[in-house]
Amino acid sequence: MNPSPRYTRTAIALHWLLALMILVSFGVGLYMADLPVSPQRLKLFSWHKWAGIVILTLSALRLLWRLTHRPPPDLPMPRWQQRAAHLTHRLMYGLFFAVPLVGWAYSSAAGFPVVVFGLLPLPDFVPADKALAEAIEPWHGALAWMLMGLVAVHVGAALKHQFFDRDGLLSRMKPT
Amino acid sequence: MKPALCLLALLPLLAAAQSPPAAKLLPAQSEIVFTSRQMGVPVEGRFRKFDARVAFDPRQPETGRVTLTVDLASVAMGAAESEAEVAKPGWFDTKAFPQASFQSSAIKAVGGGRFEMSGKFTLKGQSRDLTVPVTLAQAGGQSVASGSFVVKRLDFRIGDGDWSDTSLVANDVQVRFKLALSGLPAP
Repeated sequence: MNPSPRYTRTAIALHWLLALMILVSFGVGLYMADLPVSPQRLKLFSWHKWAGIVILTLSALRLLWRLTHRPPPDLPMPRWQQRAAHLTHRLMYGLFFAVPLVGWAYSSAAGFPVVVFGLLPLPDFVPADKALAEAIEPWHGALAWMLMGLVAVHVGAALKHQFFDRDGLLSRMKPT
Repeated sequence: MKPALCLLALLPLLAAAQSPPAAKLLPAQSEIVFTSRQMGVPVEGRFRKFDARVAFDPRQPETGRVTLTVDLASVAMGAAESEAEVAKPGWFDTKAFPQASFQSSAIKAVGGGRFEMSGKFTLKGQSRDLTVPVTLAQAGGQSVASGSFVVKRLDFRIGDGDWSDTSLVANDVQVRFKLALSGLPAP
């Protein structure tokens, strides 16, 4: 089998770093949502928000990188699979931005402006408004679940290529 | 009547001349707001119920007396769960200590409608000396006394136990007040 062209080192690093950050943030988000008021909850909420802003920033860099660096060409596969893969990637990129932005808006609306690492205050792009916060909150969760659904499709497809098609697709994204 | 007795008879009048008239607090135009920091995030709260007894003449500030009481149960923080939390024994312990108070002991003019008010600040059973800068603006028979000061929350065991970690909730709590008064003598 010919070694297929790989993603760039930067693309690979961003992919795995963001994969880890997004999964951990999702898990923390699920766990913390219904905790009673406590120091533990305050810490988790703060870390979750800081992680979200880092994810947002890295995703912007990743998108810029992706737009300026052509990824390796598609491997031979049915046309519908190519289409599904590209659609999944596009939707995931959209959610890399939508989930943290909606979370940020929720925090602002709830009256807690985001202060990254406790040092860098971010502007509020929505006003502090209880009704607005209640309207936004379910969207943050729903979009995050949507992203997890796409991650499952993405991982499932990658595993199919690895173990059924055995086409070496995964090696293109393997950290070295 | 002996001259000394004459003087004694005049004393109440003299006292009346010296003690400044009582002003009336206008609660609707007044506010007491505090800002704490939770992991760097400013979180604002305010008290809906407080009262002030003010007897103050800007021309004779040293004769003035100010007593302020704040109903801690009237705290508003924009979230019911925060209000419930802050009433707990670790924070205000509102059941045991329903009020915070300030009792002035000396008021000194520092010029330009500004004053320094010293007194005793009591919160959660702890009393501390406190000096507060106050700016007085008077117009149309209404006076607005405003200023701000910092309360070190741990001096008053506010948020002790698990919450005493100041990297979670900063020790410094900024308090801002604006008291609208009627009946204060003009400067």
